[in-house]
Amino acid sequence: MTSMIEVSGVSKRFGGVVANNQISLSVPSGRITGLIGPNGSGKTTLFNSIVGFHPIDEGSITFEGKEISKLRVPQIARLGLLRTFQQTRIYGKMNCMDNMMISVPQRRMPLSRMFVKFSAEMLERAEAILEFVGLYQKRYLPAGSLSFGQQKLLEFAMALINEPKILLLDEPTAGINPTLINGLIDRLRRANEEFGITLFVIEHNMRVIMNLADNIYCLAHGEMLAHGNPGDIQNDKRVIDAYLGAH
Amino acid sequence: MTAIGKKRRSTFSILGQLAILVFGVAAPFLFPAYTFQIAMLWIMILFALTWDIMGGQMGYNSLGNILFFGAGMYISAVVQIAIVYDVAEYTAAFGAIKIDFTTAQYFTGFALGVIMAGLGCAIFAAIFGSMVFGLRGPYFAIGTLGVALAAGELVGGWDYVGGGSGISMPVYPGDVQPRALFFYFLCFISAIATFMFLKWVYSGRFKTTINAIRDDEEKAEAMGIHTTRYKVVAWGIAAFFLGISGAIFGNMIGFIEPLEVAFPTITLGIFMVVMSLLGGKGTLWGPVLGATLFHLFKEVTWIYLLGWQWVALGTLIIVNVVFFQQGILGWAQDKWPEWFGIVVDEKMSAEQETAREAAQ
Amino acid sequence: MWDNISLLIIAPLLNVQLLLDGVLIGAIFALAAYGLALVWGVTNVKNLAQGDLVIMGGYIAYVFTTLGIHPILALPVAMVLMFGFGWLIYRLIISHVIERDLFTSLLATFGLALVIQQLLNLIFGPDVQIAESGFDILFLFGGQVTLAEIKLVALVLAGVLAAMIVFFMKTSRMGQAIRATAQNARAAKIMGINTDRVYAFTFAMNAAICGAAGVLISMIWVIQPFFGTSYSIRSFVIVTAAGLGNLPGVIVAGLGLGAAEQFSGFVLGAEFQQATVVGLLVLVLIIRQLQMRRQRRVVS
Repeated sequence: MTSMIEVSGVSKRFGGVVANNQISLSVPSGRITGLIGPNGSGKTTLFNSIVGFHPIDEGSITFEGKEISKLRVPQIARLGLLRTFQQTRIYGKMNCMDNMMISVPQRRMPLSRMFVKFSAEMLERAEAILEFVGLYQKRYLPAGSLSFGQQKLLEFAMALINEPKILLLDEPTAGINPTLINGLIDRLRRANEEFGITLFVIEHNMRVIMNLADNIYCLAHGEMLAHGNPGDIQNDKRVIDAYLGAH
Repeated sequence: MTAIGKKRRSTFSILGQLAILVFGVAAPFLFPAYTFQIAMLWIMILFALTWDIMGGQMGYNSLGNILFFGAGMYISAVVQIAIVYDVAEYTAAFGAIKIDFTTAQYFTGFALGVIMAGLGCAIFAAIFGSMVFGLRGPYFAIGTLGVALAAGELVGGWDYVGGGSGISMPVYPGDVQPRALFFYFLCFISAIATFMFLKWVYSGRFKTTINAIRDDEEKAEAMGIHTTRYKVVAWGIAAFFLGISGAIFGNMIGFIEPLEVAFPTITLGIFMVVMSLLGGKGTLWGPVLGATLFHLFKEVTWIYLLGWQWVALGTLIIVNVVFFQQGILGWAQDKWPEWFGIVVDEKMSAEQETAREAAQ
Repeated sequence: MWDNISLLIIAPLLNVQLLLDGVLIGAIFALAAYGLALVWGVTNVKNLAQGDLVIMGGYIAYVFTTLGIHPILALPVAMVLMFGFGWLIYRLIISHVIERDLFTSLLATFGLALVIQQLLNLIFGPDVQIAESGFDILFLFGGQVTLAEIKLVALVLAGVLAAMIVFFMKTSRMGQAIRATAQNARAAKIMGINTDRVYAFTFAMNAAICGAAGVLISMIWVIQPFFGTSYSIRSFVIVTAAGLGNLPGVIVAGLGLGAAEQFSGFVLGAEFQQATVVGLLVLVLIIRQLQMRRQRRVVS
């Protein structure tokens, strides 16, 4: 089992607040890895460090063996490491198809391809992925007019068409109607199996993460608290204490 | 793009383009007294279109695009003079030296000047862009405004190009009437060329990507888009056409100087912004519409308002920006969204059809 | 240019002269910039008409001198008049752009600047004017350095005004409301502060500050209907360099800008004075970009 992302000894401070302290973890290739922890435990900070959103104070982050902790966001994204945002971010004024077309990967695109029209197969592929997430009928509506849950699905679809090697999902089920969550879990798993995308998921909903992930890391107060398969984590006394507020 | 509403829009678009072509060709013969004003209209349309690439489509509101207009003007002037004479000597004489350009010399110099102006400005934009593209929002607007203001003063203090007293351009080898027509059609063609080029550029990946930068640049970066590359190219395109228009305008006027003609930052430089806003920024036809209406408004107020025209113009800017910022086309899009293809597609995909049939 | 630099080395007192002139005028730049920072911080409106408000104040002083009244007496009058004008402008324009994106406020205030410039031009004509104060000139260092007394008076007045503003912001009810709104407008609104009134008051107070700065400028320098833009740019340079809500920074940056302008005007020639201001602006922005890039961020 090769690891895709290797985080070792990463610390991040904001002023005097230590958001991440000496965090080490590894995300295995081709699997679904979970990251849990109470509010304010530093999960999103760690995501931001990995994707290059802010500099880290110490430690190293490698992606497929390549050091990425000094690179900037677009460079890291072009390596095939993509993230979705906790507060969903889509291009609100454009319709869903345009949102998809923008997200077509530009990794090795030569300069001259900047002005080309979109090919029929690209459009078909975008339609197929919108179909996959259930937004086919709304594909010509401005993305900003979709409901919050639909926007999350669109953001997920945009990530899929970008053909990343790994996708970092920040609370994919937050704000989604509970009846739709099962469908979403199913789609995430299919993305992993059919598209071959490694997933690294922050999630608050325990039922979701226990169903989805192969192995789970738990953060608390910026420290790595526990690591194991879902069964171990569910029965880990420290994890339960962290969630219930005991120290 | 959608099939729905597209047909109607393309009919309008083709009719509009035809009308413009017919008007453009016939205008100098129908209204010979207004040839210069109509030539200015084409330049204004070019201004609005080029501003909109960055300001409307990409969300980078430059207040200093006039920089490239003036730079193009000066580049062409220097090139045109340099091919037959020493520039420093020529400018030092403040137009006292009259060099007779042969017809061949004039036109080769002019053609070369226009091309160099376009290319030079595009390169200039790329260099300048790398300095300011780390700026966002108000800082970008103020920074570009400042640079354009400074450009006028710096050129004014540069004796090689004549300083504040400017340069008399080489004299057109021909009569007044053919000269006016020659420059009129150059203005017309450059505006049409800009429009057609942008129409082509806006039909594919370039447009959606720069729209993405406008809507959420951070997200675009997180998706791995080469944002800087697109920004540089977008500004380069604007600078290229602005440079060419500057070169043509300088020769049409016949005399160039830094503050009023080449770098009129707080007049023409701001007009280009207002014209795009008036017509509807972020659209192809909006700037054309806005420039036409604005130019008409300006010419009418200049004739009838005797000294108050600038106040009227400032008021127009305020009213436009504060109460009507979506512009004419933006307003139309809010009112009749289905014309612009914003609809739910009731058709189901093939996959769903089969699924439903299977269920039945 | 090199001649002028060597002149500065040969005659060190020339440096004193330039520094003195620069700092004295810079104090007034700082005043106008403080007003800009105040409005920017509280209402998030970037006021491009800032310099034109300054020039309006200057013309009020000029009108006083033509009526035979000493221009210093115009100071309180200009502040009151400009306060009223600011309130009016807020109601007419600013209140409509406050919730909108920054470009709206930039362009709207630019339109306002255009209108003010042109109206002043229609009323007073395009000539350069000065409000003659009739003060003497001091000769320092055996007459090698000259100093107009009015500049000292202006400096003192600017200082007193700044102290009054700080006192007002710290102690008064409205001052507290302004600071609260600047920190978090929504929270302030929920806590029962009438934010609309706060915005109006802030903008009006800014206009009054500008008016006062204009009166001082008209006495120690010259005014002209189209000089406003350069004061707006100066204010932006100072605020960009100092940051919002940083009064000591604004003062230091203001004085520094005044001195830099005097020196560059002497070394490069007066026609490059404005280019220097803009050059400094671009320099500050580039430095900020480099700082931010190290943080993997951009200037916004």
